[in-house]
Amino acid sequence: MSAELMKAIEDAAVELPYEPAPSVVSTNGKPRPAAEPAVTPPPVENKLVIILSHGDFESVTAAMILANASAAMEQETHIFCTFWGLFPLLRDDVRITGDNFMQRMLSFMNRGGLSHLKTSKFNFAGAGPAMFNVLRHKYNVASPKELVESAMDLGVKFHPCQMTMDMMGLKPEHMIDGLEPPAGAASVLMLGRGANNLFI
Amino acid sequence: MTLAITATLDLKGLSCPLPIVKTAKAFKDLQPGDLLEVLATDPGSVPDFNAWSKATGNQLLEQTQDGGVFRFLLKKKEA
Repeated sequence: MSAELMKAIEDAAVELPYEPAPSVVSTNGKPRPAAEPAVTPPPVENKLVIILSHGDFESVTAAMILANASAAMEQETHIFCTFWGLFPLLRDDVRITGDNFMQRMLSFMNRGGLSHLKTSKFNFAGAGPAMFNVLRHKYNVASPKELVESAMDLGVKFHPCQMTMDMMGLKPEHMIDGLEPPAGAASVLMLGRGANNLFI
Repeated sequence: MTLAITATLDLKGLSCPLPIVKTAKAFKDLQPGDLLEVLATDPGSVPDFNAWSKATGNQLLEQTQDGGVFRFLLKKKEA
């Protein structure tokens, strides 16, 4: 472990509220007529909001690892699952969904569920994920499914995107248990006010 | 003062983020002032436990290494 990393952690204490910016002397040497109002950044809450828009194995794993660590650090943590990021929240046993041909075709081509995640590279009709599963066991890395269960256990809140559910023909009964009610863009922006926001 | 360890958590072999996740879960069952000894083999757990301690306010009292095993002694903060 590098000394620099340790130092960064040491220095990471966030002192609130922020001190106002020091008065600025203009570059032409003349003092400014009046101090400009200090710009105070909005207070940052210890809160993490992840917008998960990808449904591949590595994106879901990354989002879940960060969510678990965040909740373990006693931060309020939310994950807003939209577009491809919503399909991992389908139940593993759900197969064909949708009310019309296109939605049904979509569910056929893009099977949901945490046990059926594809990798974005080296998928090779499932050979890639199988290889990652072997490596995962060898190095004791939790599976996406275990990470989601652990996150829920730690109080991470999962918000499905209402628009995606409508457009993709996904119903609440297709989704895993323990999710928050479906929400929209304004809700996730409000959740993210003053929080750490990640788009994965 | 002798340090009476309340419990030991063996997290050897586990990878990120499980060491701090399991520690956080174990802390829920502890009383303020309790000491938890954590054993881990993930080298990333060294900065992670420092960061976790800083974020949660639970004190990291000791941090030692014996071969490939890292030992952390953590104290639960007062409520």
